[in-house]
Amino acid sequence: MIDKVKERVKALLTSGEIRGFLGLSNKYGNTGPHLFCDPADLDGLVVGDWQDPGDARYTLNKQLIHLARNYPDDRFGVLVRGCDERGLKVLYTWNQLNPEKVVPVGIACPQALAEACECPKPYPDEPVAGEKTEGCPAESVARMDALNVAGRFDEWLKEFSKCIKCYGCRDVCPMCFCKECTLEDDTLVGSGGIPPEIPMFHLTRAVHMVGRCIDCGLCNEACPADIPLRTLYKKAADIIDEEFHYRPGQELYAKSPFNILMQPSETG
Amino acid sequence: MDYRTVLTTCTYCGCGCNFYLEVLDGQIIDTIPCKTHPVNEGKLCIKGWNVHEFVQSPRRLTRPLIRKDGVLTETTWDEALDCTALKLKEIKEAHGSDSIAFLTSAKVTNEENYLLQKFARAGVGTNSVDHCARL
Repeated sequence: MIDKVKERVKALLTSGEIRGFLGLSNKYGNTGPHLFCDPADLDGLVVGDWQDPGDARYTLNKQLIHLARNYPDDRFGVLVRGCDERGLKVLYTWNQLNPEKVVPVGIACPQALAEACECPKPYPDEPVAGEKTEGCPAESVARMDALNVAGRFDEWLKEFSKCIKCYGCRDVCPMCFCKECTLEDDTLVGSGGIPPEIPMFHLTRAVHMVGRCIDCGLCNEACPADIPLRTLYKKAADIIDEEFHYRPGQELYAKSPFNILMQPSETG
Repeated sequence: MDYRTVLTTCTYCGCGCNFYLEVLDGQIIDTIPCKTHPVNEGKLCIKGWNVHEFVQSPRRLTRPLIRKDGVLTETTWDEALDCTALKLKEIKEAHGSDSIAFLTSAKVTNEENYLLQKFARAGVGTNSVDHCARL
């Protein structure tokens, strides 16, 4: 898989089509994000399979936003999986990235990773490497839905009570690009002290993920308390899909329900 | 354009979490927890997540200070160490070794903590050594 990715990136760098490629590299004995600017450096390029497939995925789209804000005239390549591509579509729609300045290099995820993520579409539209595999159903949501309302609420309160309020779910999120965050607005959610307000802190974030969350699962992986946030956001996304027929990242430039609700003609 | 991701160890406590500092043109702009490091496995506490904000804070002390005539004044390390040694000797001679206590830090290495307790016991002659992680 990696040879095809390297070949594509080498061609992009050599032709001058991109100024740099944001990917992953094995360095200092670990895997982390790296900007490749020289085709000769591509030996270190990896796709983030450390011990298991995709267990060293990073928020490359977030780093891409940092580069784009500082170098808006330059074009960058970026390593994307299915989730990252959904992220790019939403970030283009919200004008956080310019599609003319981004060249995605896509890889399809193996079945094992797709199942672990319960990913609805574990591949980008045009992968340069990897085989497209089937999307997987969200069994974690079904398990929660099987409980009655009181049982479900108890379960979530139990999960939220583990929170150490590190804000890691927000900090790692590639879709959290706001300059001002509601989670730091004292009129809505108490800041500067622990424990967090339960369930207000988590439900506020869940509401803000509506129309945004592209189901990459990086919040789950960043949570030191192992709170299954992804399940919560998957459920919120299901409700929005049922009510508004919208799922973030499925379609480029599709309007989020928040935009629809704020149409002046409808609010009078 | 100079963009780097530099792996380093958190200085906030003794756990040893690892993260990448995202450095763009010499400015640290973000912290990215390292997913493959065995200590933190891609997770951080709130302090670790915000390391990039304090490193470049203009309020950070970058030189030793001595209070002269009631005013904190920047000085050299030589003068600061001489002054500290002199004062410690004066206090020890006037009031005895146990009039002095040492408070070490969770933000330094094990070896540095060892050195400080050694200095307290062998150099100054007191067992009054404590650590901020116990507070």
